[in-house]
This record gives sequence, C-alpha cells and structure tokens, in this order.
Amino acid sequence: MSSPAIDLFEVSKSYKDRTVVDALSFTVSPGECFGLLGPNGAGKSTLARLILGVASPDAGKIYVLGEPVPARAPLARRGIGVVPQFDNLDLQLTVRENLLVFGRYFGMSATEVKAVTPSLLEFARLENKADARVAELSGGMKRRLTLARALINDPQVLVLDEPTTGLDPHGRHLIWERLRWLLARGKTILLTTHFMEEAERLCDRLCVLEHGRKIAEGQPHALIEQQIGCQVIEIYGGDPHELLPLVRTQVQHAEVSGETLFCYVKDPEQVRRRLGNRPDLRLLQRPPNLEDVFLRLTGREMKD
Amino acid sequence: MWQRFASALPANPWNWIAVWRRNFLVWRKVALASILGNLAEPMSSLFGLGFGLGMIVGGVEGTSYIAFLAAGMVATSAMVSSTFETIYGAYARMQTGCTWEAVLCTPLTLGDIVLGEVAWAASKALLAGTAITIVAVALGYAEWSSIPYALPAIALTGVAFASLAMVVSALAPSHDYFIFYQSLILTPMMYLSGAIFPISQLPGSFQRIAALLPLTHSVDLIRPAMLGRPVDSVGLHVGALCIYAAIPFIVSAALLRQRLMR
Repeated sequence: MSSPAIDLFEVSKSYKDRTVVDALSFTVSPGECFGLLGPNGAGKSTLARLILGVASPDAGKIYVLGEPVPARAPLARRGIGVVPQFDNLDLQLTVRENLLVFGRYFGMSATEVKAVTPSLLEFARLENKADARVAELSGGMKRRLTLARALINDPQVLVLDEPTTGLDPHGRHLIWERLRWLLARGKTILLTTHFMEEAERLCDRLCVLEHGRKIAEGQPHALIEQQIGCQVIEIYGGDPHELLPLVRTQVQHAEVSGETLFCYVKDPEQVRRRLGNRPDLRLLQRPPNLEDVFLRLTGREMKD
Repeated sequence: MWQRFASALPANPWNWIAVWRRNFLVWRKVALASILGNLAEPMSSLFGLGFGLGMIVGGVEGTSYIAFLAAGMVATSAMVSSTFETIYGAYARMQTGCTWEAVLCTPLTLGDIVLGEVAWAASKALLAGTAITIVAVALGYAEWSSIPYALPAIALTGVAFASLAMVVSALAPSHDYFIFYQSLILTPMMYLSGAIFPISQLPGSFQRIAALLPLTHSVDLIRPAMLGRPVDSVGLHVGALCIYAAIPFIVSAALLRQRLMR
C-alpha cells in the first residue's frame, strides 16, 4: 500500500472558546476523491486551511504528501493545487496573465507557463477567452479558470473548497465532468461540499462532519445502505407532528424536519394507503441519499 | 515554535520577486495615470511653495529656497508614495481582493509576500523621487552628478516607510483608520524633518524629536547630495533608515501572521 496523500491524526483547532475541529482523524489515499461533507460552520474550510498549513492546529498531526504540516507546509504546497471557496483571481489581468502570475509563484519561468497554458485553457474550456480580462468572465468561467490555475504546478493533490457553490446547474455539471477527468488521470482530490449530489457523484469515500467532529465515514452508497437501507417518502402540506402518529406503525423510522415529515419505509404503498387521498398532502417517494444519513445521525437537515 | 514563526519570514532571497512582478504587471496597465497622479502633488508643492514662499524667504542655508525645498520634496514624495502603496494598495490586496490568500496557497510564505509588497512600494517611491530629482536637475536646482547618490537614498527611504506602513496595515481593522496615520504621523513628520524649512528653526525639544524621525535622516542624505555638498554622518543616516526598515518589517510580519494565519 502506498503512503497516504493526506493524513490527519487527532487534529483539533479552536478559535477563542469555539471548537471548530475536534480531534479529527482521517486518511486520503493517492488517487482517491475524499469528501468532507457538512453544513456551513461544520469546520470544512478550517480543515482545508489546516491541510494547506495556512492555519496551525492546536493539537494533532497533519502530513500532506509525506511532509509534516505546517512545519514544512511550503514544501507540501508545491504538490497541492487549491480551489478556494471564493474566487481570488486577479480581476484586472487577463486569463493568460492570471496563469502566468500564478506559475511564477511556483518558480516557473514565462516559457514554462506558456508551454502549459494551451492545455490548461482547453481543460477550462476558455480557449476563446485567453486574452479577456477576468472581470469580464461569467461566474462559471471564473470557477473553471480557478480550477485550471490550481493545475499549473501539475499537483498530485487538489484541495477544493466548495468548488461549485454559487454556480448554476449547467456550470456545476461542467465542473463535475472536469473533476472526473482529473480523477481518471490519477489526481487525489479532497473536496468539501454541502451538496449531497456532488458528494454522491464524485467521492469514493467521505466523512460527514458536524461541529468539527466526524459523525460518519465511508463510501457514499455503503453509508446510505448502512444508515437508511430503505425507501424514503417525504410528506409536505400538513402538520408533520399530527401526521406522525398516523403513519408510525407503517414506518421503520420517521423524522420531522421543518414542515416535512420524512418516512423511512420498506413498503411505501402501506403509507400511501394509510394517509388515504388527502388533497392537502404532497408525497414524494425517492431512494435514500446522504441528506437522509445526515438527518438520521443528527436529527437535522443539512440544507442551510 | 521557531518553525511556526518561520512561516512569517521570507523562505528564500528570491521568492518575493514573483509578488513584485505581479504588482508590476497590474500597474503597467495604468502606469501613465499612476505616474501623473503620484507626481502632481509634490510638483505643485515644489513650485507653489518654492516660487511663492521663495520670493519672501530669499536664500536658505546658502542656496535658493526652491533648491532647498526640492530635496525635501524628493524625500517627502518617496515617503508618501511608499506609504500610500502599502496602506491602500497592499491592504486592498490583503483584505478585499484576497490576492494574498491566493498566494498563501502556493509555496510562498507570508514573509515572501510582505517582502514583495515592501519592495514594490519602495519601487514606486523610487520612481516618484527620481522623477522629481530629474525635474529639479533639469531646471538647474540640483546637480546631474547628484543623481547616483540620491537614488539609493530614495530607495532606502521607500523601504523604511513601506515597512512602517506595513505595521499600520497589519493593525488597521479597516481602511478608515489610515487617516490617523496620515494626519497624526506623516504630516507632522513632514514639518519636523527639515523637508520644508531647516530644523534649526524648531525649538530645542522638537529638534531632539526630529533627530529620531526617519524622514529627517532621509532629507539629511538627499539634500547635500542634490546640492553637490559633502554628506555628514552617512553611516548614522543609513543605519537609522535601515533600522526603520528592518524592525517594522519583522513586527509587521509577526502581526500579519496573527491576523491571516490563525
């Protein structure tokens, strides 16, 4: 077995008296896509900063590409590409100039950057925008440029902090497709997200976080099977607390979240029959997903 | 402990160049406007005060008032360009533009960024100070031969004031606070440092304060050079400016580490 790309052991971090990361351990193997899944404020971005060595942990050990972080973080960062939560491109510069400036931070010469620019532009589908100022690009284009910029040093590890937040569905699918392309080429990805769909589609393994603690870890489908393992019916439109006693005997488990009643059932028809034809209710039957896992584990919805 | 602090220091002697070159690339697009904007103020002070007051004052320290003032304006413009580039330019790159945040994800350290920004601010100071020196020389208020002596002094002035302004940037919660530094520190310093009138005009206690100010040492280096006179105590003035460059640099790096790398 090859040595891990990222290795965290009992890492803790607090700001004032608020614990943001709480004795967290996990390991990311080379070539794997590992997801950190949790609501805003779960500690995902702080973890990304700790892994980059931009913040120092209060306790615990972090190794990235075999280097201790933060002690030898600049060395580790030679092999990491980063997509931050919010784009921090140079808006006054063109697409091409952004790549040049970033390449220089990695010690590349203008010639070296020029040599890789066409393939990065192609990767980001920005071939026609090479000489456009970044301020003129759409949100999706900026995001793709940020991703291309993260590849300038041909990194082994990519740290992506909510790479599709704020994008429309089309832009999001384009990023997912690009990320799968990178995974197919053996890159290791650490991905933070609060999109279930994103985590389910991309991640080989993931770690569900709440208040900086790990509440579950595993392969997405295994987690869903293990924690839920049956169909889900979402019921809207009535008072969920009033509906709960009606269906309780038919369901394996039920959960109220906001104005929705989540029923976990082996036989959905029984629930439908039980509720009868009430015109005020809307029933949505679907396979279980990671959202349900989170709801089951915490009693809360992950949606913000 | 040492390794933690190391992240706030430059990693090697050349990493900062990439930061400098990024700023240069952005500046190049607005170079003409930037140069005009930076030179208009010291030039109008030089001619306004130089001719206007010069008529009343007559000669100062054995030369015309405008020739006396020219060196003061060179030093002051270096101070102002370097300070403004740091408290407005670098601060914006740190705080609102998130440029620094992007750089911190690369092999560069915070110290590399701070050094690059200080070097960049000093370069702008050098540009402004040199332009005024050339104007003064062209109009016959200074010697051509003074330029090689004045340039290093202008550059050192730029580095010292960039370092000082970096401490202010590291401490300021928002850019609204910079006005205090300008009105409480920089403006009084301009009047106390001998840039506009000789220090000997000041009361004794103020003369002692003046001797501690970085701008005084800068003026004391630049003025004799421009007037073609021998410079007294070069070592003292250069040493004082180096201290004003080095200590605030380290302090600002430590403060910025606390601010940005928590």
